Amino acid sequence: MLIVCWSPVMVEVWNGPGDKKTVEGPSRMPAPIRLRELIRTIRTARTQAEEREMIQKECAAIRSSFREEDNTYRCRNVAKLLYMHMLGYPAHFGQLECLKLIASQKFTDKRIGYLGAMLLLDERQDVHLLMTNCIKNDLNHSTQYVQGLALCTLGCMGSSEMCRDLAGEVEKLLKTSNSYLRKKAALCAVHVIRKVPELMEMFLPATKNLLSEKNHGVLHTSVVLLTEMCERSPDMLAHFRKLVPQLVRILKNLIMSGYSPEHDVSGISDPFLQVRILRLLRILGKGDDDSSEAMNDILAQVATNTETSKNVGNAILYETVLTIMDIKSESGLRVLAINILGRFLLNNDKNIRYVALTSLLKTVQTDHNAVQRHRSTIVDCLKDLDVSIKRRAMELSFALVNGNNIRGMMKELLYFLDSCDPEFKADCASGVFLAAEKYAPSKRWHIDTIMRVLTTAGSYVRDDSVPNLIQLITNSVEMHAYTVQRLYKALLDDISQQPLVQVASWCIGEYGDLLVSGQCEEEEPIQVTEDEVLDVLEGLLVSNLSTPVTRGYALTAIMKLSTRFTSVNRIKKVVSIYGSSIDVELQQRAVEYNALFKKYDHMRPALLERMPIMEKTASNGPTEIVQTNGEAEPSVVEAKHPPPVTQPTNQANDLLDLLGGNDVVPVIQTTVPTKPASAGGELLDLLGDLSLSGGPAPAPATSVPSSQPAFLLDGLTSPPLFNDIAAAGIPPMTAYNKNGLKIDFTFERANPNPNIAVITIHASNSTEADMTDFVFQAAVPKTFQLQLLSPSSNVVPTLNQGTVTQVIRVLNPQKQQLRMRIKLTYTHKGSAVQDLAEVNNFPPQSWQ
Amino acid sequence: KKISKKSSKIRQGKLRLQKWYVPLSDKERKKISRDLVQTILARKPKMCSFLEWRDLKIVYKRYASLYFCCAVEDQDNELITLEIIHRYVELLDKYFGSVCELDIIFNFEKAYFILDEFLLGGEAQETSKKNVLKAIEQADLLQEEAEAPRSVLEEIGLT
Repeated sequence: MLIVCWSPVMVEVWNGPGDKKTVEGPSRMPAPIRLRELIRTIRTARTQAEEREMIQKECAAIRSSFREEDNTYRCRNVAKLLYMHMLGYPAHFGQLECLKLIASQKFTDKRIGYLGAMLLLDERQDVHLLMTNCIKNDLNHSTQYVQGLALCTLGCMGSSEMCRDLAGEVEKLLKTSNSYLRKKAALCAVHVIRKVPELMEMFLPATKNLLSEKNHGVLHTSVVLLTEMCERSPDMLAHFRKLVPQLVRILKNLIMSGYSPEHDVSGISDPFLQVRILRLLRILGKGDDDSSEAMNDILAQVATNTETSKNVGNAILYETVLTIMDIKSESGLRVLAINILGRFLLNNDKNIRYVALTSLLKTVQTDHNAVQRHRSTIVDCLKDLDVSIKRRAMELSFALVNGNNIRGMMKELLYFLDSCDPEFKADCASGVFLAAEKYAPSKRWHIDTIMRVLTTAGSYVRDDSVPNLIQLITNSVEMHAYTVQRLYKALLDDISQQPLVQVASWCIGEYGDLLVSGQCEEEEPIQVTEDEVLDVLEGLLVSNLSTPVTRGYALTAIMKLSTRFTSVNRIKKVVSIYGSSIDVELQQRAVEYNALFKKYDHMRPALLERMPIMEKTASNGPTEIVQTNGEAEPSVVEAKHPPPVTQPTNQANDLLDLLGGNDVVPVIQTTVPTKPASAGGELLDLLGDLSLSGGPAPAPATSVPSSQPAFLLDGLTSPPLFNDIAAAGIPPMTAYNKNGLKIDFTFERANPNPNIAVITIHASNSTEADMTDFVFQAAVPKTFQLQLLSPSSNVVPTLNQGTVTQVIRVLNPQKQQLRMRIKLTYTHKGSAVQDLAEVNNFPPQSWQ
Repeated sequence: KKISKKSSKIRQGKLRLQKWYVPLSDKERKKISRDLVQTILARKPKMCSFLEWRDLKIVYKRYASLYFCCAVEDQDNELITLEIIHRYVELLDKYFGSVCELDIIFNFEKAYFILDEFLLGGEAQETSKKNVLKAIEQADLLQEEAEAPRSVLEEIGLT
């Protein structure tokens, strides 16, 4: 007998494949080396390559041994193969050998064979099905240990087909009086049910007296089986509710009974069983008043009597708390549960603290007030060393923030934000923003909090925070001076954190005038000159730290300051320099801004004026729009789509003013347009300016800038990035139909600029007399621009014999809903007719 | 339900034992093992025994040079899982007599047999330490009996 001794026990008992007592058989081949020998040899390898070589050599030997169908050493060879497989080497050629071992009559063979099957075989390969018959036989074997092997293997890796075939055998064994087998059969049944849920029914009869067992193994596995069935089927759940009293009794016995050496763990009797019973009770009591009531007492008992000095006691308490929270327990019991969690939070054992935080997170919604009581302990956990604990404490802290504790909580959370690991910063920052938005006690506090986040964790802030913050700042009108001042100061310190820089640039662009005027009320106003501000912004443009998006913000901010600062020349210079920037986005902006300075200077103030208060939308916000729209006025486009509420009424007033208050100038060919002296705003310019391409019309009066038609015809400098509005497909509409005069509008998109709608009017006359001296005029709200081209004629022939057509071009950069007022004058049957009408029924595609 | 696996590994990241209770290909298992081992070895001593990994909870505990780790489902009780791990180590200890890593290396198949008498399909099948050890003992005896006659015969030259 070989004494290979590192454990005396081992020598006595173990006599398996590693046994030296094998004799060179009649075959010429030397006996394959023993398992232990192989292990020892492989462990002497000093390099991976050396190991691989040994393994390959041995595998080759094993392969040839398998080929010889050697029964004697098959077991030893497979054992070696399993070892090598564990090291990571392929062993698939041993799969069939495992099956042969399973089929063998020797117990040793079966033991290794089944182990090999569990390690090497995979239910996705058909090979495993060959096991089915063997397992079936072994389930009926005379030796319970063989039966045990079969049950174990089936319960660990049985495929659905195998389970279907063998479910009957398992069910039979579930009813046996042999507790060794019964407990295994129960867990095997669990596996069968998981694989083939339809088979659950067949196990129902066998469950009848499972709980009457005294054997703890059977009890434990039975509870697991019942749990599985209840979780899968509401019918089963209802059926098994009647077991609640029995379960309560068993649990009670476990707690009340004295010391039982067989099941004792640190003074607690069979904690595994207790925990499983508690879990089953949870499922049975959930949503059911009667069951919940029946278990109330025992839960209270367990909660108060369980020894908490060791992990095992706390494991039971933990399960108890989960059960109390899930069932319909009395409020007293719930408070008891939360208090247990509170005590857990103070436990030295970090594992206990961890589960406490997890559980509190689950209950914070339903038992908010109770959890609030432990707020300070939870906040302390923010300082814990363990990452998982910190994360949970953070989540829980945010869940506990409310209007009453916002100041205190935020202080803690901001401190946490300062010092926490980078992996937390993004989530924490988002959480702070959300909480601040919901519960900010004052605007100033809100802005300060945002500033704090931006300056301490500015690079971790989420992308969508920037537009949200911009909106928030815009809407806090009275804080503008304070905000821009603080942001400016922050920029002086640090320009590396992009979200901070972007928000700051934007604010300086908007409120730079407040900055230099030193108007701040909230704190000591700083003295800063226009040049200093421009220095900072230009610095952003050239800095390596700035991303392209940031540069875009900076450039736009500089441009905006051209209407707020006096040093316009400097700004012009900057803008023109960037007209040749390599960065396409920057270049485009610069070129367009340049154009603003040169050709459209009169529009600049309006375009760059202060942003109105924005409506809250849930969408991504301005940054997206800035990216997608190649407009000359990105700052205008930054406003959200839904127009500010105040606008519609203004539009109406505009229209009234237009046509009511001022003389309407007739269309080109006839007369030179006369400009009313009270002209104000671009609209009169528009109406007055009708000197167009074609036609003998004289140039309009000097007050009308002749560049306008060119402007509209030019379109805007570059093609928009998103050219997705198709010209075709905008349905025509009837704009006016009265007294026999019908005016239809048809639509086209101007290429390349989709913000210009080209409308062609078709005037037709269904009366028996011609309409002569026909003049069509139109006016649009302030935000639009309109251009009327020459009509085809000014006689609308009778009886629909022809139409007068005329082209209108409407520029709608803000994509606002198109509205128009029209005025018609003509002579009909000797009398002059004049009519005003409003056109509101433009199809959405014409202005979107 | 203790799904996935239970494995023990040493400091260098070598697997000594792994038990899978869900069907996965060899390749997938290797990858998961590798990832998990790295994650766990990266943990500092002061950290708690639980971590989230993919959609599972990992419970691990270190005994001397070996890490024992279990992947459990969301609804499983982590604290009792620690007890399960501890029970298994106790079983090994009782069986091998002050178990050390070498015992598990050279007797890996025994470690599996013990595990399979303690857990089945990821759940505990026997909560009594004594009963598990008794079953292993009996099975070992059975094996010995199966071997013994043969070797005697061989010894006297009658194969």
